[in-house]
Amino acid sequence: MQKIFPILFFSSIILISCATDNDDEISEAIVTFNFSHSWDATAVTNSNFNTIQYTNANGEELSITKLRYLISNITFQKSDGETFVLDGYNLVDVTNNTNLSFSPTTTIPKGTYSNVSFTFGFNNDDNYNNNYPDLNAASWSVPAMLGGGYHYMQLEGRFINNITTQTGYVFHAIRAVDNSGATPVFGDTFFEVDLGEVTITNNASFEINMNIAEWFKNPNTWDLNVLNNMLMPNFSAQLMMFQNGQDVFSLNAINQ
Amino acid sequence: MLLFFICASCSDESVDKYVPTPSPLQIPQLFQNNLLAPVIPTDNPQTVEGIALGEKLFFDPILSVNNTQACVDCHAPGNAFTDTNQFSDGVDGFFGSRNAMPLFNLAWNYDEKFFWDGRVFSLEHQAFQPVTDPLEMHNTWTQVEQKLQQHSEYPNLFEQAFGTSTIDSVLVTKAIAQFERTLISSNSKFDKHLLGEATLTPEELNGFNIFMDETKGDCFHCHGSDKNPLWTDNIFHNNGLDATITDLGLGEVTGDPADNGKFKTPSLRNLAFTAPYMHDGRFTTLDEVINHYSEGLQNSLTIDPLMKKVAQGGVQLSSQDKADLKAFLLALSDYHFIDKN
Ligand code: HEC
Ligand code: HEC
Repeated sequence: MQKIFPILFFSSIILISCATDNDDEISEAIVTFNFSHSWDATAVTNSNFNTIQYTNANGEELSITKLRYLISNITFQKSDGETFVLDGYNLVDVTNNTNLSFSPTTTIPKGTYSNVSFTFGFNNDDNYNNNYPDLNAASWSVPAMLGGGYHYMQLEGRFINNITTQTGYVFHAIRAVDNSGATPVFGDTFFEVDLGEVTITNNASFEINMNIAEWFKNPNTWDLNVLNNMLMPNFSAQLMMFQNGQDVFSLNAINQ
Repeated sequence: MLLFFICASCSDESVDKYVPTPSPLQIPQLFQNNLLAPVIPTDNPQTVEGIALGEKLFFDPILSVNNTQACVDCHAPGNAFTDTNQFSDGVDGFFGSRNAMPLFNLAWNYDEKFFWDGRVFSLEHQAFQPVTDPLEMHNTWTQVEQKLQQHSEYPNLFEQAFGTSTIDSVLVTKAIAQFERTLISSNSKFDKHLLGEATLTPEELNGFNIFMDETKGDCFHCHGSDKNPLWTDNIFHNNGLDATITDLGLGEVTGDPADNGKFKTPSLRNLAFTAPYMHDGRFTTLDEVINHYSEGLQNSLTIDPLMKKVAQGGVQLSSQDKADLKAFLLALSDYHFIDKN
């Protein structure tokens, strides 16, 4: 059973009490998640976009023209099972260099946690049971014919195909759905990214990296010549993205 | 906010200054349910007097060099506030190279980038442009300010709207922007369908499905959806009009060649009134537009990756699908908006 604390409420009381009794020792920490990106060992920012300069595992040269993705459900878990789920979600927008840093409004108590994790995308509850005006306004929703909810990622660019012409690719991750039959069949494709054990002694920032090359690498060597577009309604392509996504994220450092 | 008005009214009693009446935007149900709040600058709140003044200015040729042209001449209410020309002629009879844009739901352009190429930030700043543009009203602001100041009504109207009868260009643009923000279109047949107040024909419904289907039209990634009822993303794309790009669009503004040929996605509301289409008004009918996406795409280095099957010319819709897509697009036209204004 998850126990979600009314952290915001407590922390505001603490804030007030800190201010009044002059206590230096804070018991709650603000956590920040910073997202950086790479193509294997090479750092990627939006200033590297729009130029064909990366080679994927299958050998296609490609560029990135757009990258944004959703993370949610940041969770700190104690070894006794006690769990702190921080409110909110974050649409990392590499194209526009926005939301690369995310500080949830809730704080967490200092101490040792056996695991810290976030969800890539939305779990099904968050995906379907809420209407998010900011995400709608960002044209982030998924058509009702594919079950509705929201995109998890939009990665787009150009690649040089096997007849050496530049072709666009549109690599959009959503919850897998096969809507060819009378009733749609779904497959979960959100996943939990585990950052491991951490002891929080102060306000902390987690430096997370997404290796974009991994989306095309392992276990499925992605062939853009075959799979470059119309991937949203493609159930098996979504499952392959889900599998390849398992090791795209890594924790570079925790600074506190 | 409240406090501000209370303070303002207190000080009024002594100096007897006119306080404009707040007139918050009426936010349509679908926008309220699905979208973020509209953008209203804190230094230019909507007021009854400000909006009325803006409307009068918008319709008044006094802003042009020779009193022959008003905003409304290129932005006509019966055409969802655009005109029917490919290029509009200004006061001197010269033509620009861009199609006039319809004006509605402008307060929901969250990035506040205006014009086809996004070269102006904010509605207030936009309104500075046409008055002095040599291809449009070709006036100077000093002259406009003088003419308005000498007018029998305007000084009093500025006093009522802004608490000063000294007219300057900033106040003119503020009033116009207030008026423009009230141009809200949210009452098409499709809107009513979403609210459960109208039933779509099978053709319109199929057209919507084509629009939303990644394997067919795949229009929703750029042009909005039932969840983004603005029917635009207000972002800049190259939708494959030309193999050789002459009008650089956003690229001209940013100086980045990767932006060449990108233009702001237009809203698909009110297409029944806004022909011709595209930034240069090259298409006179919706059929031509749909044929463009179906078979007519031109490849270039900046064409959007969402423009798929470029090698085959586009998304290859059947003639039935094209007809249905058109029926759906027309269901986004808002006759109430036209009648109301
Ligand atoms: C001669 C015709 C003409 C006149 C007069 C004119 N406009 Fe325009 N308007 C245009 C054209 C053409 C564009 C698109 C230009 C471009 O993108 O380069 C435009 C664009 C706009 C836009 C941008 C809309 C958007 O969605 O980005 C606004 C707002 C606007 N005009 C308001 C006004 C106002 C206010 C006036 C009067 C002060 C005015 N216009 C006078 C032709 C005209
Ligand atoms: C990659 C984003 C993108 C996609 C996908 C897209 N459009 Fe567009 N659309 C644009 C842009 C950008 C323009 C303006 C281009 C210009 O004028 O240079 C435009 C213009 C239009 C216009 C002209 C509107 C006007 O007022 O001038 C119509 C109609 C239209 N699109 C319909 C569609 C339909 C139907 C589809 C699907 C078959 C579609 N679009 C897919 C970006 C897109």
